[in-house]
Amino acid sequence: MSIEIDHVNKHFRDFVAVDNVSLTFRDGELTALLGPSGSGKTTLLRIIAGLEQPDTGRIRFHGEDTTDLHVSERGVGFVFQHYALFKHMTVFQNVAYGLTVRPRKTRPSKDEIKQKVMRLLELVQLDWTAHRYPHQLSGGQRQRIALARALAVEPKVLLLDEPFGALDAKVRAELRRWLRQLHDDIHVTSVFVTHDQEEALEVSDRVVVMNKGRVEQDGSPEDVYDHPANPFVYQFLGNVNLFHARVHDGVARIGDVQLPAPEFQGYKNEHGQAYVRPHEIEVFAGREHSDALHAKIEVISVVGPTVRLELRTDNSEELVHAELTKHRFRALGLAQGGDAWIRPTYSRVFLPDERVSND
Amino acid sequence: MITPSTVIDTNDTIAKRWRRATEEPVWIRITLITIALTFLTLFLVLPLTVVLYGAFEHGIGVWYAAVSDPDALSAIRLTLLIVAIVVPLNTLFGVAAAWSIAKFEFRGKSILISLIDMPFAISPVVVGLIFVILFGSQGWLGPWLSSNDMRIIFAVPGIVIVIAFGTLPFIARELIPLMQQQGKEEEEASLTLGANGWKTFWYVTLPNIKWGLIYGIILCNARAMGEFGAVAVVSGRIRGETNTMPLHIEVLYNEYMFTAAFAVSSLLTGLALVTIAIKSAVEWNDERRQRIAAA
Repeated sequence: MSIEIDHVNKHFRDFVAVDNVSLTFRDGELTALLGPSGSGKTTLLRIIAGLEQPDTGRIRFHGEDTTDLHVSERGVGFVFQHYALFKHMTVFQNVAYGLTVRPRKTRPSKDEIKQKVMRLLELVQLDWTAHRYPHQLSGGQRQRIALARALAVEPKVLLLDEPFGALDAKVRAELRRWLRQLHDDIHVTSVFVTHDQEEALEVSDRVVVMNKGRVEQDGSPEDVYDHPANPFVYQFLGNVNLFHARVHDGVARIGDVQLPAPEFQGYKNEHGQAYVRPHEIEVFAGREHSDALHAKIEVISVVGPTVRLELRTDNSEELVHAELTKHRFRALGLAQGGDAWIRPTYSRVFLPDERVSND
Repeated sequence: MITPSTVIDTNDTIAKRWRRATEEPVWIRITLITIALTFLTLFLVLPLTVVLYGAFEHGIGVWYAAVSDPDALSAIRLTLLIVAIVVPLNTLFGVAAAWSIAKFEFRGKSILISLIDMPFAISPVVVGLIFVILFGSQGWLGPWLSSNDMRIIFAVPGIVIVIAFGTLPFIARELIPLMQQQGKEEEEASLTLGANGWKTFWYVTLPNIKWGLIYGIILCNARAMGEFGAVAVVSGRIRGETNTMPLHIEVLYNEYMFTAAFAVSSLLTGLALVTIAIKSAVEWNDERRQRIAAA
């Protein structure tokens, strides 16, 4: 079932939480709403669910206007960051809840409920916990129960609010792979909110980047990561270095390094900022290339198989971060406090807004 | 050579040293426990014993005569009637007030919270006087009430009103912090699962606030039975009609009928103990059910 968000606005007192957002989530798609805290992503999700009423705008499920439909009648599955399991009920009772509270006419029989609940518990691989209470389970287990509970009512759409936000790194990674698989199996239209770019990129079919209540970019994970629409998305999706750059006739210059910037064909000698990812910087121990930039190594940190360097150069105001493999690092024989030469291999240049022609 | 006994010795000293590092010195512990126990004995156990001793000093027959006296029976009936009206009323109000304060944002919320505390702050005698001024024959609504043949002051309705007022904060006060701390996620989860508001309240909210609610009801109940000052002002102390148990006890006491006074007191105390016993029983039963389910 597709979800259509049509010019939705929402504010809390003076704070604009959602600013004229229009989006369509296609049937069966798993979409990540990605943004920093306060970007309006959770509010938008709650508006879709009916837990929050928009000031203006409409929400449509499969073309049908649900804006004024009560939460309990929308048929959404909602998964909360802190699970929101019913503490006083067993796991079984939690998962069965959505079925047992139905009016007698539409309520399945006891046996049917039991079968369905056990099937769902098997799906989330926790059938052995049926008679336990939530407080006896780990965080990851609780969230899987919460998911099973949401799925029990066969929701038309599944909404997840920072579902892995309260879990530790290892469980998070496991659960998000598991969620992806689950989605491939059941194919329910799903939207999940996260502030973790890695999570968004790994799990989703599509990423919507939000900031200050607005949609900054909307596209496939690859697209969003490789072709950020603006400086915000660039900075939010992974680490990035900013270099001073000059743009002239489709070429960006960082010091002596020349990189293509085809979108600025026809621009003459404009000053801008070049955005370069840490892994898109080559590092050399000596002056092997005439165009490489000189830098001083300030910090070397080894993180597992990767080595991160923090370098000081005249072409950037901040320390430049570069990443290389441990293997390459050893081959170069770099030392803290020593000299190095760096060369960006790919960049994306943004000019100040007033210098960009809109034609 | 290390013999087994030396090994034990060493372990012992380590244990002792470790205990010293994590616990208070013995004399502090003894002092604190002594102070607590002395207070409990002086202010709880002793009075309770005195009441029971005084009540049964002259045998069960005298006790029974005192509590089955028509005036005493009337006071007991009135007290129970008041409890039966006031406690449900304030339970309803307390849950509604706590619910709205904890789950909704609205203007004047902080004023409402302070208002709820007011009955605690005002002296019961003043509370009584307020309602006399409102409903008394010389009061604002007095002429209208008497022309419609209605009596509030010096009658049961007045007593119900002042006691309801005096016990208003107990349940709300117990529930507000509890519900605020629990937030509304579980309720929201219930709603998204298709439960309507009433089912959500019944299956999710109520079980979560159960203990706070029971505790609040017990406090409210105890206070409703024991309220004296405000009732003394509005009841008119008509024997066999508007005397509640505390008022009846005072009457007996003033008439030097100490044994009878103690007898009715023991009954009032007994009622309070019964509510506490009920709470403990429910608590114990609930814990046992959870343990069985968990095993």
